[in-house]
Amino acid sequence: MTGVDKRRVLRTVLLEPLIVWVGLCAVLALTYAYANWPGLPLKLSMSLLFAAIKGALVVVFFMELGKASGIIRIAAAAGVLWASFLFLLTFADLLTR
Amino acid sequence: MATPPSALHEPWREPERQHDAMVFGLWVFLASEVLFFGGILLTYAVARHADPQGFAAGARASDLFFGTLNTAVLMTSSLTMAVGERALKEGLVRWARWALIATVLLGFAFLVFKGFEYRDDFEKHLVPGLDFRFTGRAEQLFWGFYWTATVIHAIHLSVGIGAVGRLLLLDWRGEMPSHWMGAEATALYWHLVDIIWILLYPLIYLTGRP
Repeated sequence: MTGVDKRRVLRTVLLEPLIVWVGLCAVLALTYAYANWPGLPLKLSMSLLFAAIKGALVVVFFMELGKASGIIRIAAAAGVLWASFLFLLTFADLLTR
Repeated sequence: MATPPSALHEPWREPERQHDAMVFGLWVFLASEVLFFGGILLTYAVARHADPQGFAAGARASDLFFGTLNTAVLMTSSLTMAVGERALKEGLVRWARWALIATVLLGFAFLVFKGFEYRDDFEKHLVPGLDFRFTGRAEQLFWGFYWTATVIHAIHLSVGIGAVGRLLLLDWRGEMPSHWMGAEATALYWHLVDIIWILLYPLIYLTGRP
């Protein structure tokens, strides 16, 4: 393995996942601090926003959906799309009773 | 990327096609898992909407320390899983081996911490129907959700530990390098189990904080 190859492998195998993990830990610390800081508004909404950021980091970088082909992205989006219909239809009924 | 050894199976003629089919199939399975957990999360949303105060009162009894600790443990296991899978693709078998061993240990650590948390929950009478400490309906629904969601998640994690253990068994037989596609499939499943916990963490442990 050449020096260039070694650097590429080190970046792909170790450095990239490590940077994502540091990001995840930072957002987790932010989630914990926001939830426990007395008096801050929209606690649950902010907690879910932080969870969405962490989830996106895992999906895009660890699961490599950012590099995936179109058909894979459609398969991944299908679950979220149908689950969102589940919520939409349920709450459309619940909130208009 | 280095060309990893292939384990070509029928009916595929090229490793690239087999790889595309594996990733596509896995994502379709993961989409079905999103719908499965979507139904459970919908129950949470409807129950919370009916009585937000009672729900928050029930949630305040959850153990924030164990919840946060286990979130950090599972996120770290996703790191080691990603390192293991990528190392195997690059032919770094020794790196892959240690990263996968770390993943299994972190998975077990999660289950052990969860066991400690369950013991505390039993001692604090937080099991609906068994001398439950709350009398309200919303609190019962919250703790019903807690037990259902966390036990189902723990079962999923146990399956993941088994899948990573299988890779280590293949390594013991000297066959792991040709199973890099299996490692990728296992990693995708493991990361989904991590994401589900990331979503459960605020819903269970951060609801109703001051």
